[in-house]
Amino acid sequence: MRPASVKEAAAKIMFAAAATISILAVALICVFLFANGVPAIAEIGLPEFLLGTTWKPNSGMYGIFPMIVGSIYVTAGAIIIGVPAGVACAIFLSRFASGKVASVLVPGIELLAGIPSVVYGFFGLMLVVPFIRNTMPSRGLSLLAAAFILGIMILPTIITVSKSALDAVPSKYYEGALALGATHERSVFRVLVPAAVSGIMAAIVLGVGRAIGETMAVVMVAGNQPIIPTSIFEGVRTMTSNIVLEMGYAADLHRGALIATGVVLFVFIMLITALFNAIKKNEVSR
Amino acid sequence: MNDNGAAVLPSKTEPSRTELDSLVSLEIEQELDSAFSKMEVNNLNLYYGEFHALKDVSLSFPKNEVTALIGPSGCGKSTLLKTLNRMNDLVVGCRVDGKITLDGEDAYRDISVNDLRRRVGMVFQQPNPFPMSVYDNIAFGPRTHGIKKHADLDEIVEQSLRRAAIWDELKDRLKKSALGLSGGQQQRLCIARALAVQPEVLLLDESTSALDPISTAKIEELVSELKNDYTVIMVTHNMMQALRVSDKTAFFLLGDMVEFGNTDELFTNPVDPRTADYVSGRFG
Repeated sequence: MRPASVKEAAAKIMFAAAATISILAVALICVFLFANGVPAIAEIGLPEFLLGTTWKPNSGMYGIFPMIVGSIYVTAGAIIIGVPAGVACAIFLSRFASGKVASVLVPGIELLAGIPSVVYGFFGLMLVVPFIRNTMPSRGLSLLAAAFILGIMILPTIITVSKSALDAVPSKYYEGALALGATHERSVFRVLVPAAVSGIMAAIVLGVGRAIGETMAVVMVAGNQPIIPTSIFEGVRTMTSNIVLEMGYAADLHRGALIATGVVLFVFIMLITALFNAIKKNEVSR
Repeated sequence: MNDNGAAVLPSKTEPSRTELDSLVSLEIEQELDSAFSKMEVNNLNLYYGEFHALKDVSLSFPKNEVTALIGPSGCGKSTLLKTLNRMNDLVVGCRVDGKITLDGEDAYRDISVNDLRRRVGMVFQQPNPFPMSVYDNIAFGPRTHGIKKHADLDEIVEQSLRRAAIWDELKDRLKKSALGLSGGQQQRLCIARALAVQPEVLLLDESTSALDPISTAKIEELVSELKNDYTVIMVTHNMMQALRVSDKTAFFLLGDMVEFGNTDELFTNPVDPRTADYVSGRFG
């Protein structure tokens, strides 16, 4: 073999190995989760596990329904808070902000994405929780606090993905609208935003994925009671919180039930990823 | 107007002994002129940054006629067209000097830019229907200008599509996406969309250059009909098209308007040798 082709073959093997490692990691996580979680689910019983409303490991009751509901509530709250602000910010950055303003805001938003989640949690604990405690009939550690913090945490994802969708809309649509006598605002909101709507949907789905998987910040501000909350001012426990709170001391079936909670979370994330891919595929084929 | 149809620009005569007479006659001449001309361009200079893209251009576009702007690439013809509805406002560093009037009103001062663009419609080189239904494409303009009632919108949509000679092809797919249409249909849809806001002038910016010959022929035929109701100004690279469709032709070269006159005469008996070279295909 010529030296050049040896080099080429070596490079190929190296890159293939790197690719294999990441795939292998996903596969191993998958195997570990299901191998440890599924027997536990079988022992508890699938309906009791998914739909049981009592989580009392000491008494052998492993119903994670409150945690599933908690994850959904917290995520929905984060979407309600984060999506309008994020999409509005993306529209502003893409079509209204001057170059100077954007050059200050965009790095700021990137910074927001880089802040560790424990810092968000700390911010929530020191500012948001006391605020809720003092102004509402609540202990402060609540669904609302968790949703608010998560709403801020998903902003960078929603802003960046929505902004790139808006930036990608061909300028011919904008010019076409202006040429009909439409104002800048009308052209943006009635032509450009609808044209970017599938990209914005993808941004929201990614935000959902980020929110449902977030752990540290939520544990710090959510209160973590394993019961279904009846108001946004009550405490809530998510699936991720459930795992992180009890994994340290759990053993036997308790441990299995926590891993099984991870399985359920994993299935949620897979569904969200599939939805994201479907939206992206739909966008390409249009 | 002189006998070959070219517009006579008001000469800058100093008021003299016969001031009253000449001024009065000049005014009458101007009034007559503007009765026939829909848009006028007077001493227009346009710069893109340092680049002098249009040099002291003056011409008037006669009402209910088709005026073609021809010339090689980069001669300024598209720039002039985009100045007429202020689409050049979008270009950073673009500076406009001189006066453009629509029915005698200053297009840059007396008329709001959105109103100007409603009255002076534009069809672009690439068909650019919005990514929405055929119906919503046409209704976008009327809705922009405050028409909300369904019955009114339905009527405008039908009329506009009929005028653009595409109603029969599209009447059964009004709710379908406009992006599923062929290029020629899309371009006629864009013409219909421009007509839906009841413009007075229609600007066509090389609107057939992306289309096949059959679609091009359909649009040319359409333009010949549209001039009964609108003043049409078209930029074209295709000299045969200018000859087939237009009444007046202006020839541009490097930012100068070299010659302006009746299309037949400009093509068969050009005054300027540069025009002669261009229309006979010796360059460009």
